[in-house]
Amino acid sequence: MKYIDEYRNEKTARRLAAKLERLVTRRWVLMEICGGQTHTILRYGLDQLLPEKVRLVHGPGCPVCVTPLEMIDRALYLASRPNVTFVSYGDMLRVPGSKSDLLQVKAAGGDVRVVYSPLQALEIARAHPERDVVFFAIGFETTAPANAKAVWQARHEGLTNFSVLASHVLVPPAIRLLLKSPRNLVQGFVAPGHVCTVMGYREYAALSREFHVPVVVGGFEPTDLLEAVVMLVSQLEEGRAEVENQYARAVKREGNRPARKLVTKVFRVCDRKWRGMGFIPRSGLRLRRKYARHDAEQRFDLTGFSAEEPAECRSAEVLQGLAEPIECPAFGKRCTPQHPLGALMVSAEGACSAYYRYRGWEVIPEGGLP
Amino acid sequence: MARVQFGGIVREVSLDFEPEAREGDYVLVHVGFAISRIDAEEATRIQETLDEMDRLGGDVPDDAGR
Repeated sequence: MKYIDEYRNEKTARRLAAKLERLVTRRWVLMEICGGQTHTILRYGLDQLLPEKVRLVHGPGCPVCVTPLEMIDRALYLASRPNVTFVSYGDMLRVPGSKSDLLQVKAAGGDVRVVYSPLQALEIARAHPERDVVFFAIGFETTAPANAKAVWQARHEGLTNFSVLASHVLVPPAIRLLLKSPRNLVQGFVAPGHVCTVMGYREYAALSREFHVPVVVGGFEPTDLLEAVVMLVSQLEEGRAEVENQYARAVKREGNRPARKLVTKVFRVCDRKWRGMGFIPRSGLRLRRKYARHDAEQRFDLTGFSAEEPAECRSAEVLQGLAEPIECPAFGKRCTPQHPLGALMVSAEGACSAYYRYRGWEVIPEGGLP
Repeated sequence: MARVQFGGIVREVSLDFEPEAREGDYVLVHVGFAISRIDAEEATRIQETLDEMDRLGGDVPDDAGR
């Protein structure tokens, strides 16, 4: 099929890289936001294929990575309670809290279950009315509609034993924070394609205008990302700053209306702390008061949790594009996917984990780790 | 709810956010919900990517783009 060939073809990738080479006259720093895109870039070595003048830095778009330590500690506390069945996406289980992780709580007898959809958490709550079922609702705008639906459904059914520990984050406020920082290096953004499938890209148009920065909504294929980079560099070289949609086959300007509508019905915007970035105003979602009964933070006493990041972990700088994972002295030595110091090494979408997997050989001594 | 086939697996998927999806359509599914309808060529291409990743034996993030 021709259409497919155009996307998978190595020739297309080379042609895009050559086009980029012709376009570039100065140094440009671009950021892809989404962890899925970071993974593709490292997996296919796109960063090596780009002209030397174009540098990609990897943004904070990995939901597991930006969930703050305190929130993990709250999850661990809940999962350890004898009457609680704690339900989570699988990739949260190995994320280290201050002292432990969900997998260890499970091993010690905690009732921790893994699902791929919040609808399965609802089923568990229906089947076990005697258990307090808490779902760990993390994620960006892509996941918010599904979690909103679970909460809406629980209220609708009168499922009083179901609640969510919500740690939802929103992409545009994080981009705003990066752009306002005096240390910001980023001159153009690849906006996250799946987030925009739900939300559309009007918010990115506003950011682009306000900060005079080009934004291109990008897909997840290697050639998608290369094309997005070509589009960004064209804008930069021509002095344009607008929003363009490279991922038009999945993303509409207005996003998914029914999904957005339900998110607004169930959640309200709140300030939220991001691991590695700190508090960002109006950067998260929490349940509206109407759904307080299904809010784990209302149902249980979860105040008094505070935690410090390990001092050695440089995730904060990596998340802001100020350092590369391999510049960290702990990388591949005291910090590995098996024994992560920080969350960027835990999740497959985290920049450190992706570097470890695909570029670890650059820094890890021959013959393995010490 | 609808039955959606992924490679060889069939799963129940909610159509709450894509109520106009019809039998035979391709949908982009995220955590058990269809969030976008896509054309047949795009769907085939995604499947090819996944097959290729399987062949390479690499691990793919559980949930890219959450």
